[in-house]
Amino acid sequence: MLPLLRGLLTTLKSMAEKPTTVSYPEQKRPVSARFRGRHVLNRYENGLEKCIGCALCAAACPADAIFVEAAENTDEKRFSPGERYASTYEINMLRCIFCGFCEDACPTEAIVLEDNYELSFTDRKQAIYTKEMLLNPVPAQGKPTPQQVEPGVFTRSVPEMKDPTD
Amino acid sequence: MPKLVNLTINHTRVTVPEGTLIVDAAKEAGINIPVFCYHPKMEPVGMCRMCLVDVARPVIDRATGQPVLEADGAPKLSFGPKLETACTTPVSEGMLVVEDSPKVTAARKDILEFLLTSHPLDCPICDKGGECPLQNLTLGYGPTESRFDFADKLHHAKRVPLGELIFLDRERCIQCGRCVRFQEKIAGDPVIGFYQRGRKLEIQTQTQPGFDSIFSGNTSDICPVGALTTADFRFGARPWEMEAHPSICAQCAVGCNIVFNTKREARSEGGMAIKRVMPRQNEAVNEIWLCDKGRFGYHYLQSGERLTRPMIRQNGELVPVSWETATDTIVERLKTGRSGLTVLAGGRLANEDLFNLKRLADAEHGKTLFYTHMGGGDLTGQVGLAPGSNLATLGKGDAVLVVASDLHEEAPIWWLRLKQAAARGASLVVLNPRATRLDDFAAISQRYHYGRVMDALAALFAGEAGQVLSQAANLVIFFGSEGLGVDGSQAVAQACANLLIRTGHTGRPNNGLVGVWSEPNAQGAWELGYRPAKNLTAELAEAHVTLVAGADPAGDDPALAETLQQSEFLVVADLFMTETAKRANVVLPALPYSEREGSFTSGERRVQRFTAALPPREKAHTEAMIAARVAARLGLKIEESLPVVFEKLAAETPAFTGLSFDRLAETHPQKPLLSREDLYYSGTAYENTAGLGCTLALTGSPAEAEPVTPELPAPVENALLAVPITRLYDRSSTLVHSSSILGQRMIGAEVWLNPQDAAERGLSAGAEIEIHLKSANWPVKVVINADVPAGAALLPRSVGIPAFELAALEI
Repeated sequence: MLPLLRGLLTTLKSMAEKPTTVSYPEQKRPVSARFRGRHVLNRYENGLEKCIGCALCAAACPADAIFVEAAENTDEKRFSPGERYASTYEINMLRCIFCGFCEDACPTEAIVLEDNYELSFTDRKQAIYTKEMLLNPVPAQGKPTPQQVEPGVFTRSVPEMKDPTD
Repeated sequence: MPKLVNLTINHTRVTVPEGTLIVDAAKEAGINIPVFCYHPKMEPVGMCRMCLVDVARPVIDRATGQPVLEADGAPKLSFGPKLETACTTPVSEGMLVVEDSPKVTAARKDILEFLLTSHPLDCPICDKGGECPLQNLTLGYGPTESRFDFADKLHHAKRVPLGELIFLDRERCIQCGRCVRFQEKIAGDPVIGFYQRGRKLEIQTQTQPGFDSIFSGNTSDICPVGALTTADFRFGARPWEMEAHPSICAQCAVGCNIVFNTKREARSEGGMAIKRVMPRQNEAVNEIWLCDKGRFGYHYLQSGERLTRPMIRQNGELVPVSWETATDTIVERLKTGRSGLTVLAGGRLANEDLFNLKRLADAEHGKTLFYTHMGGGDLTGQVGLAPGSNLATLGKGDAVLVVASDLHEEAPIWWLRLKQAAARGASLVVLNPRATRLDDFAAISQRYHYGRVMDALAALFAGEAGQVLSQAANLVIFFGSEGLGVDGSQAVAQACANLLIRTGHTGRPNNGLVGVWSEPNAQGAWELGYRPAKNLTAELAEAHVTLVAGADPAGDDPALAETLQQSEFLVVADLFMTETAKRANVVLPALPYSEREGSFTSGERRVQRFTAALPPREKAHTEAMIAARVAARLGLKIEESLPVVFEKLAAETPAFTGLSFDRLAETHPQKPLLSREDLYYSGTAYENTAGLGCTLALTGSPAEAEPVTPELPAPVENALLAVPITRLYDRSSTLVHSSSILGQRMIGAEVWLNPQDAAERGLSAGAEIEIHLKSANWPVKVVINADVPAGAALLPRSVGIPAFELAALEI
């Protein structure tokens, strides 16, 4: 009899407690600061893409999930600072193991693993995220790429980097 | 045998020939001394100071001339006051070289820091990144952090096109001068040079158009930084992403060893594509060099215009069908027709294709004809170069004769090697109707009038040059087809073969006759028994079933096009919809050599193997397989598998006895040492791990014969003499659908005239005129060249004007 009552007491106690589950997807938990979710490709404030198509992320990727092809910028059609930009950038999310090596390898802090963990596909083709899907939206004060720019302004492809803080 | 010298490098004892440089001696011992400006193919200059080492030499007692000994009996060594450059210092007896001391390490670090003070460090976007000596050596020996602010560095506009093929990035240049020295000493085209001094020094081109050299691509290989890169590969891929597939260049008869670098590509929907062509070391063929045609002319291999499906003619139209239907159509025709299959093959086919097609023709009571503009291949099979030949070993006491050929245009790498042979002391004799780039190095250079080559040869052999040639220790004769047709070049070859036989220059290495063919496997076709037809038009008109493979007779000659139009049943196997293919009853898509394996026989009679760089495109087959499939339907057994075909070929052809794909894949260590682990040493050429090839044995008993001199065309009042010549950037079947990158240099329909002839006719350079040749008019552009003899009108081959031998031409 006593064990039964003890059990019922536990039940009654937890009924009064605040629930630990959240009703996803209506409600979402904040992720930790160093959470590694789906990648995004960053832009500078002027709208130019940070990615220069160097393919170091693809070289660092242990799962061979990244495919990059590069092409040459011109001042009439400029995608990124410097001479080179990524004309094709694809990540196969089925292959990706979210290790973040790509982020470490990136010389321009272009690729960052962000908070989005909601990845679901009904088809293998859908798992391939193209550059358009990965690129961040153009900032308010920026212009979309390709941009037409003044000659001789964006000559340097690798910006001066500060030590990463987080 | 040179004297051997003993020395110690670090703690390793080394014995090398006298005169060896420390850097090379260390390489022998497996010690890599870092270098930038030194290149084993060029004279050392000691410009970059990267190779500084500490050198100690035995102390010699001046009174006795004997080495001073230490207390323990070992010779006393004395280090120099300063470090020495390992690339300019030759070894000496008893020397001690220290390259791992703190002093040397500090020196290297300092040199690298200096080099990096004006380097932009844009490795992520640099085409050289990943195979860059500066990158590797900085990682190995350099400082970890720069004390130099980027803003203080030297800044230039990023890329400057030196020509349309090569880009220069002045910020990246470390001023080692490898490119300038290569162009001057090796390529013989001093078209780039240093401008200004000190920090302001930069490479400039001195020609218009810029960087006007056919060897310019090699400078991007040997550049130790990303200062010189090719326009073709610009941002094409990162070096580590690409696969390397060994192959053989198919642009001419030299047979340069190459590597196709391939990578997946978005444009090909994720399929593999060739990204660049790199040289592969073969010291007996191309060393580590390539000409620009070989390096940049590969685009036709992956052209979208290539044939992809078999087609048969139904109601006058070519319609796509399956391979079964196409094969059935051919087989039906062969079965029902009055038997006879005429195979007309070009020198672009591999040995295996030629062999299988010949077996099919033999089984069908047919004929095999070789489509060529040049004869004499039967003689190169008898008195050609014997196994063990290497043009790089020709030197003092040897002689080379070049007849009726502009090697700089027709076979650039042979030109390069003969230039080097002449520099080593070989006597070079050139007999050509007009001045060529070979004349600069020739001991004797003679001219003749077009059409008088046989008289000129006889006079040459009887004169001073004849003495030089007959008394040479080794004699190699190159014959070409400048102004000559099949019969004309056959006669020249015979006259040259007679000289070789008469003077005993046969059957030995480094002696013999070499044909300057235009196709990669022309020599192979001759060796396998293919011969040009005496009268091709008649042969084709008579044929019941004609199979044309790797050749475009209709595109070359309207008369042949007419004949082929009328032919009973024409089958064409080719890469593209050629003029001949347009007239065919059955068109079969062939596989280019980049998508299959096989072997070519070079002009030097070296059989070399190539491997598939890309997976075969859907629905295309090799010619060998086509022959096998047709044979199978006819109840014959012909092998499909290419290694097996080659084995069979080797068993049945005396010259190929004992050869197999495995034999062709054998390698042995080559000098200078070159390996991918330390690519700073001699550039980005690939080490040869896929086979050096084998030279064919000589067959038949060479005998002198009277050359049959073809008749000259009857002189026509006021007419010029049309002279067919071969140019480098031609439009032969391979380069037809070529890269846009070589577009500017490609030749069109043009006629080369002497300034006086042009003036008499009131023609200026670039004028568009019509010429009258073989009772038809042809639109051409006028090129005026002072080297053209008076009365001659030079017509490049392969532009569709039917100039095959000397003929009268009216303007």
